[in-house]
Amino acid sequence: MSGHTNRERGMWSILILVVVLYALIPVAWITSLSLKTSDQLSDKKFYSGVSFDNYDVIFSDDTFIAALINSLGIAGIATLISIVLAAMAAYALARLNFAGKAVILSGALAVAMFPPISIVGSLFDMWRSIGLYDTWLGLIIPYMTFTLPLAIYTLSAFFREIPWELEQAAQIDGATPFQAFRKIIVPLAAPGVFTAAILVFIFAWNDFIFANTLTSTDAARTVPAALAFFTGASQFEQPIGAVSAAAVVVTIPIIIMVLIFQRRIVAGLTAGAVKG
Amino acid sequence: MEAGQVAAPVAAAPKRKKVTDRAKAERKLGWLLCAPAVIAMLIVTGYPIGYAVYLSLQKYDLRFPDDKEFVGFSNYADVLTSTTWWTDVATTLIITVASVAIELVLGMLIALVMHRAIFGRGPVRAAVLIPYGIVTVVAAFAWRYAFDPASGFVAGLPLISDSAAPLTERGGSLLVIVMTEVWKTTPFMALLLLAGLSLVPDELHEAAKVDGASALQRFYSITLPLMRPAILVALLFRTLDAFRIFDSAFILTGGANGTETVSILGYNVLINRVNLGLGSAVSILIFICVILIATFFVKALGTSTAQQRGET
Repeated sequence: MSGHTNRERGMWSILILVVVLYALIPVAWITSLSLKTSDQLSDKKFYSGVSFDNYDVIFSDDTFIAALINSLGIAGIATLISIVLAAMAAYALARLNFAGKAVILSGALAVAMFPPISIVGSLFDMWRSIGLYDTWLGLIIPYMTFTLPLAIYTLSAFFREIPWELEQAAQIDGATPFQAFRKIIVPLAAPGVFTAAILVFIFAWNDFIFANTLTSTDAARTVPAALAFFTGASQFEQPIGAVSAAAVVVTIPIIIMVLIFQRRIVAGLTAGAVKG
Repeated sequence: MEAGQVAAPVAAAPKRKKVTDRAKAERKLGWLLCAPAVIAMLIVTGYPIGYAVYLSLQKYDLRFPDDKEFVGFSNYADVLTSTTWWTDVATTLIITVASVAIELVLGMLIALVMHRAIFGRGPVRAAVLIPYGIVTVVAAFAWRYAFDPASGFVAGLPLISDSAAPLTERGGSLLVIVMTEVWKTTPFMALLLLAGLSLVPDELHEAAKVDGASALQRFYSITLPLMRPAILVALLFRTLDAFRIFDSAFILTGGANGTETVSILGYNVLINRVNLGLGSAVSILIFICVILIATFFVKALGTSTAQQRGET
């Protein structure tokens, strides 16, 4: 690696700079919009001072606060349920030998490729008649269609990397299979489970189509749906500043999580796709 | 001779029985642990899709719920003979093909940068993960505001007209939709390709280098063929995802200026016109398209891995 000339280093620097800029421009733009006052909104500049007016507006807006709570609650519960169910399945898929394993894995893959629009109409009709329309549960259930397969794939990829001899050692020492699972494997698997949970949460947090079609009020409307509704409501004066501030608020936690756990997230994203 | 032949199976029998018992117990535990997830997936997808098939065979408009009746395949006939459906299929295909093709090239470049980076791998990985983590609706708003002639920085850039408003006409809108899609999902493509790249043995490159192959030659005759399965998997994921495009197109144009995708059409018929019969027919047709695309890629993947196994 010592043979690299200054010219090569220069070229790499430019390439890296291009990639980083490409990724950051829209984020920088929406952040800069959120920090502008209403007079500055049309100045087309990336920096025109810092004003928190827009943040004051959204945090004194009950609709946004409600949407934030709905998003956190719904995505959180959906993540919890799918991680618990998927962890059990992924343990079996990674560890045990039984007929039907391939069927389960390809079934999960098929479910992951399912177009959400295909079930939106039936859910809309069913939820209205059984009272799940515009409720948390009414969103958590359809979220399982994409959170479960994702969790099963990433978790079984992570579980294959676990040193299973330890479990056998525990069983030789007299532990039952369940004890060996709970006391030895669960602590070893925790980092992988945590990563899978972050990925699943990001997906659930991102959903727009179900939230947009299966909710109608502050009772269950999540942030992405609330953002779209926000603009639709006032066609004449587009609340660009407020939408931008809300967008930044929902983006920051995800960016922080992604940056802290980037190595594991990359491992989780690729392991599932390549080895599965 | 005869005794030996009889003795062998007798000796083997108890051993085999033990194995089957253990295998049986393992299978039982396996299914027990998988059952909750499998049942949940079946209920949350199987039941609604079955119900959608049922609805698609009914005349069922929520504005006139009492007129509900079985009409066979007439909803499908209505959809398939309408120009809207075929225009929207064409629009969706344009967006899908354009964005997946650009993503493949850009994703490959980024993957190569990350793979061969002599420094700065960390910042690139971090930067690349940011678009991946961002909510699609937020990304779409960011681009919409960037291209808005009144407030966006794009109209202020040199070489671009100050009154450029791409989101008010078809070509411009499609361009911005594809750009948003590319920006948001290239990281995923790059990461999948990076994983494929790391499976290409370095020795092959070294050997080819010794034989005098240029970097480009090595890329075409070593990297690309060995990465074929990884590329196909990435294409499969991204093509299906792009074909379902809803969020970004909905925020950017709402389907205006001839940018209505099939998912937006389904949404409009189901939710705005509350025509659940006709809308379900659209939904099921989209589902069939997705199955066709998936089958195509899975077949291609099957032949490609079979070829590779034959070669090695």
